[in-house]
Amino acid sequence: MSSPSSASSATSVSPEPSARPGSAGGPAAPAARRRTAWAEGLDQLRAAATTEPGRLRAIGAVLALLVVVFGATAVWQVTDRSRAADDVVLRSQPLTADAASVYRSLADADTTAAGGFLAGGTESAATRERYEADLAMASRLLVRAAANAQVPGAEGGAADRAGTQIARLNALLPRYTGLVETARTNNRQGLPLGGAYLRYANGQMRTELLPAAQALYDAERQRLTADHERATAWPWFALAAGALAIGALGWAQRRHYRRTHRVFNRGLLAATVASVAVLLWLVAAHTVARAGLSDAYAHGARSLQVLNTARIDALRARADENLTLVARGAVLTADQKDFYEVDFQAKMGHLAGPGDRGSADVSGELGTALALAGDEAGRRPVREALAAVGQWRARHADARSADDKGDYDRALAKVIGGDGSTGASFDRVDTGLGRALVHEQARFRSAADGGRAAFGLLAVGAAVLAVLAAAAAVLGIGRRLSEYR
Amino acid sequence: MGTRGRGLRNLRAVLAPVAAGMAVMAATATVLVPALGHGVRPEAPRPVATHRAYGPGTAPASPAAARCTPASAAESLRPSPADGPAVERIKKKGQLVVGVDQNTYRWGYRDRDTGRLEGFDIDLARAIAKDILGPDAKVVFQAVPTNQRIPAVRQRTVDMVVRTMTINCARKEQVAFSTAYFQAGQQVLAPKRSTITAFDDSLRGKRVCTAAGSTGETELARRSHGARVLTAPNQLDCLVRLQLGEADAVVTDSALAAAQAAQDPTVELKGAPFTDESYGVAMNKDDPDLVRRVNKVLDDYRSGGEDSPWMRAYRKWLQADLPGISGPPEPQYGD
Repeated sequence: MSSPSSASSATSVSPEPSARPGSAGGPAAPAARRRTAWAEGLDQLRAAATTEPGRLRAIGAVLALLVVVFGATAVWQVTDRSRAADDVVLRSQPLTADAASVYRSLADADTTAAGGFLAGGTESAATRERYEADLAMASRLLVRAAANAQVPGAEGGAADRAGTQIARLNALLPRYTGLVETARTNNRQGLPLGGAYLRYANGQMRTELLPAAQALYDAERQRLTADHERATAWPWFALAAGALAIGALGWAQRRHYRRTHRVFNRGLLAATVASVAVLLWLVAAHTVARAGLSDAYAHGARSLQVLNTARIDALRARADENLTLVARGAVLTADQKDFYEVDFQAKMGHLAGPGDRGSADVSGELGTALALAGDEAGRRPVREALAAVGQWRARHADARSADDKGDYDRALAKVIGGDGSTGASFDRVDTGLGRALVHEQARFRSAADGGRAAFGLLAVGAAVLAVLAAAAAVLGIGRRLSEYR
Repeated sequence: MGTRGRGLRNLRAVLAPVAAGMAVMAATATVLVPALGHGVRPEAPRPVATHRAYGPGTAPASPAAARCTPASAAESLRPSPADGPAVERIKKKGQLVVGVDQNTYRWGYRDRDTGRLEGFDIDLARAIAKDILGPDAKVVFQAVPTNQRIPAVRQRTVDMVVRTMTINCARKEQVAFSTAYFQAGQQVLAPKRSTITAFDDSLRGKRVCTAAGSTGETELARRSHGARVLTAPNQLDCLVRLQLGEADAVVTDSALAAAQAAQDPTVELKGAPFTDESYGVAMNKDDPDLVRRVNKVLDDYRSGGEDSPWMRAYRKWLQADLPGISGPPEPQYGD
């Protein structure tokens, strides 16, 4: 292959000076001049094209090439989509769920810390363990997320979005736990300074850690969206190549019919059938996969997201409720209302809409989650959570009025007491949402797996069928050619 | 030691607003006089100069003199044990609702073990309740945030506020005050080993924390001594920032600063208070009988020398961190 090209380059340079005067007006180059291999080949082809066998050979080659190109494109694009679908199910969706869990664990740790603080010296071992477990969970999930991200300072240069947030969270977490421990120590000594530390720690959580966790979640979700789009994109190149190959096969058979009045050429027919089969398989598999993955995505991105947001809003409302009692009016909004109480009401509003309406009109995140839940099994835990939110609101109002009347002890009992406290209501909301999340996660997985399975044998099948079709096309042309020998 | 210097500074602080007030009056005169048609420019500075000769505290008993000046701000109504409508109202309710603080150590805070509110302010509130309602008085303590003190009194959410509340003229327009029950002033709090010595140029380049909207913030805005000011929602948040190394010093009033020092043995009050602030019990302006009654309770509270209830409360709550106070401030009456 290399010798003709070097020869052509050599010949194209050396005859230049002598050729110039002749080429200006002379009809043909002198016989002494050697022609390029390419030009010779072209001439031969031109000569061959004037004869039917030559044409047939060319047609056979082109058909085989088109079918092979179709097969190759199909294999390439199907493999790409199948891999993207695997990424959705095995990588980006779990990482998105992990990021949501990181956020939840952090918010839960903050809520639990405030609850334990209110209990003071009587903080239960369970509260303490829950706080520790939340932090351990967040750390573990961050390590897992880091394995799939570009962390700053790692080999390979710049950090990606997820990596930046992971590094930030890892730097902030020990600082936060330090503040909580200081708050705890001061509180145990009976110093109001403990409350100031806890509010400071909560401020850090609110303004630094949770936004970083949110950014991590967004980065992971973006990756999920990108993977989903890759998995469900139509394989336009393969479809175009398929249409071209089938069109060319059809044209060849029509030409064959016109020249020979024979209706069928078995080889070409087989090639056409195989190509059409690959094309139909491709379209059908993609339709099924898209349906499955889009269903899964709707659940992964919408239902799970709404449920996660609802759960986090419930957690933060709970933290606000606790902090209202910790701060005891030390922090106010611009219009002189208690900062934490205002935030509590806002979070509850996000969660279940304005509370002044009847239970028939469900709005807020729980309303959306109810609408998105695909089946009764998914709706039941959300309804339970919704009922618990109503109870929580009523009990919260009781606790607030007790506190406003100066009965701090009764307010405290209403908030962190056992059954009958807002804490019990919150736990019911959290449990209900947790169950709904497990259910929706399972639905996501089964829908996504269904979609993913559609790509199953497609790549291998397309390759085999394309090779068979190319062989059949060549054989079909060869049969015609043999008639000229 | 620094009492004379402080007195001088007080005098200056007192005179500045007087002069400002005179200037306003003069300005009003310049507007009014041409309107009367005389067209003669009055010599504005003169009355100010002559008025100044009277000095603070010697204001004549004319209606104009009833106007509040920083010097007369601490004046209250004469004490009386009589039951007026407000006292009757409280007796009928059977409980005294008092707005207090829950976060100021040694003044008003929750005891860790009992969960009960304790402190200097709380003791005083209990004494007032006992006087009005008898030995088994029911007191309802309501946590009132700093910025809610005046609305709570005006809307009668509470009968009174006993919450390290400084008496000043702006507040006296909205609520009535008892006589002063404690003398405080803005002061600097810094680590013991800090180079900061007082509210002076040793603050240059230092980060000084103060509560947003507090007197400290106003003072620092007036003369920062080269300090970089950062604000926190609450004065106690400033101690957190000091401990975390985000601030080098805290400016707040001496009572609160002492409460902070009581919670952190590595910090101390630096220099003398550089403003004068008297704490009073705030009540509704329409309850003069209650004001007189509270002043009577305060009189009893102060009397008894070393063994007065006031001194006992001082020794119990404050002496450790605010040493050197020999007795309660003298009551001043304006009627």
